[in-house]
Amino acid sequence: MTVDLLLFFIIAISAVATALGMLLSRSAVYSAMFLVMNFGTIAVFYIMLNAPFIAMSQVSVYAGAIMVLFIFVIMLLGTELLPTTKALPWQRPLALVLAMMLAAEAIYLLFFRKATSGQVPQPVESFGSPQQVGQLLFSQYLLPFEITSILLLIAMVGAIVLTKKEKGGQ
Amino acid sequence: MVPVTYYVALSAILFTIGALGVLVRRNPLVIFMSIELMLNAANLAFVVFARLYQNLDGQIFVFFVMTVSAAEVAVGLALIVAIFRSKHSINIDEMNSLKG
Repeated sequence: MTVDLLLFFIIAISAVATALGMLLSRSAVYSAMFLVMNFGTIAVFYIMLNAPFIAMSQVSVYAGAIMVLFIFVIMLLGTELLPTTKALPWQRPLALVLAMMLAAEAIYLLFFRKATSGQVPQPVESFGSPQQVGQLLFSQYLLPFEITSILLLIAMVGAIVLTKKEKGGQ
Repeated sequence: MVPVTYYVALSAILFTIGALGVLVRRNPLVIFMSIELMLNAANLAFVVFARLYQNLDGQIFVFFVMTVSAAEVAVGLALIVAIFRSKHSINIDEMNSLKG
């Protein structure tokens, strides 16, 4: 077993464990913290896969910005622990069966279609450097890049409008 | 070197956990987090295939997915706050005003 494979398995187990922790913990704050750890482990995978720019934006955008927003809202609403309501009796078994079917389909596609076989090749030295990503982003993908800026502006305006108190109401 | 299959299998497992979270959890905030987990699983597959085919387009797509999910979280959390203001609860079972 090579060092690469050992490292992969350690990080993969921690990624799956933190995802399960997010799924199973009672409190929403714990869920958020587990998800931050999960994003961290995925950022390590990005570094292993020659994507340092994506890894840095993963940490700063997901773990830094999005999860802080989540924790703000959890604290603002004060709903870390929802009162446990009566769940539909068939909901959990059905969800488990559906998840098993999804996993089985994914694994079938993986191992019996041979579309994804092969080792990850060793790329050229500069593959995935921020310089290359930036060049591609500002030449071939310039129009989608500009559209995302408009999308972010719309989201910002939408969030402000949705949370603003109505004038003259109550 | 790690085979691509392992990475894609990990991505599939994380996606399944996220889908399970959407199905079983009652807190809309946790449901949102599960959606983020699914987006991350897809991003991981993008980056793996970008490296397999030596093509940076996959990494660019991950960048766009991140931007769109940031916008989605901002609007979605604003909606949750607005629902909490009007109903004083964010239990997913009580959001049935639109039901016919």
